[in-house]
Amino acid sequence: MDGILALAADNLLSPIILFFALGVAAAFARSDLSVPEAVAKGLSIYLLFAIGFKGGASVASHGIDATLVLSLVAGVVLSFLLPVVAFGLLKGMTRLSVTDAAAVAGHYGSISIVTFVAASSVITSVGLSSEGYMVAVAAVMEAPAILSALWIIARFGKTQAEMEEGLVREILLNGSIVLLVGSFVIGWITGDEGLEMIAPFIVAPFQGVLCLFLLDMGLVAGRGLREARSVLTPGLFAFGVLMPLVGSAFGLAAGLLLGLSPGGVMLFMTLAASASYIAVPAAMRVALPEANPSIYLTLSLGVTFPFNLTLGIPIYLAVARALTGG
Amino acid sequence: MQTHKAKRVEITIEAVMEDRLTAALIKAGVTGFTILPVLGGSGRSGQWSREGQVSRAGGMVSVVCIIRPERLETLLEAAFEVVERHIGVVSVTDCEVLRAERF
Repeated sequence: MDGILALAADNLLSPIILFFALGVAAAFARSDLSVPEAVAKGLSIYLLFAIGFKGGASVASHGIDATLVLSLVAGVVLSFLLPVVAFGLLKGMTRLSVTDAAAVAGHYGSISIVTFVAASSVITSVGLSSEGYMVAVAAVMEAPAILSALWIIARFGKTQAEMEEGLVREILLNGSIVLLVGSFVIGWITGDEGLEMIAPFIVAPFQGVLCLFLLDMGLVAGRGLREARSVLTPGLFAFGVLMPLVGSAFGLAAGLLLGLSPGGVMLFMTLAASASYIAVPAAMRVALPEANPSIYLTLSLGVTFPFNLTLGIPIYLAVARALTGG
Repeated sequence: MQTHKAKRVEITIEAVMEDRLTAALIKAGVTGFTILPVLGGSGRSGQWSREGQVSRAGGMVSVVCIIRPERLETLLEAAFEVVERHIGVVSVTDCEVLRAERF
């Protein structure tokens, strides 16, 4: 327990968390501080490019094995399964309609790549390493949860979900996935030599860029919470904190079964614990427009994302280390 | 200066539906439109601001078409199919244009 508290304290006082807190505080104080939209987009492109490339280079230097394929399969299975678990919890803990509960559940099977990046950064800072292909696991976990949410609606709901051909293409080829997977493949092809060539750009400035990006995320989360806090009932708030812990337990089981490193187990826990706030909301607006976007966005971005960033990541790291002896 | 009667249709809709709406408009023969970003607003779902959104997908856009009055019905039918279930506003106003052959 002391270990978890010490890790949490270290994490809370790290620059990335403090910049996130600054953003939230500025938003609540109604400051006019803002990161221009194009800059925020540029920062997210940088982070996806850097994390994808480094993951690919790591796979190139360590080689591939059956665990890679099994990890990808486990990621897909978890992404399909977690929305069903989330839906069950939501029906037990809240009074959300089937439509809203299914839409929220879909977010919790998918992932937050920023949480993944922050977790990777924490792993590096404590001197652990992880399997480079966890980046690819993150990419395959984005989309299945959306199909799962639509299945829940078809099974339990009265509203009709719209699953059109264009939506499938948009989900699978959304810019973040294309860049992440593309950078991963390029990193894999070029290996350590390629990484050495661009290291001054993607390694040294990484933490600083992440700080700026999290400042923007703090502003966005704070403003979103300020505008939509009326939808946040105690039951929903409790779900937003409980579900990441439940999801992380599934990630932990998967990581341990696959025999991943302590860092890999921790990243699997983080992926299973995180909730999407980019790909899934966009898909839900198209496929399930009757669902209230304030509920799922406030929960995933305003509750679960800050929880994972501040308390979740140290908990997942401590548990992964304790159970893997790392 | 000679002016000609036309209809100005303004459709404010979620950004994720923009491509679907413009594709439907083009399919219906409406090839002229202007797309504008929306900064924020207030409606049945409460107050809304572009700054509270994490990506463009959470935002809204305004699609403005100026057409000949006889083409209004076709445009509205095409637009309605896309916007029916979604957050948004469709409004039609009378306007006048200088060069009728362009619409």
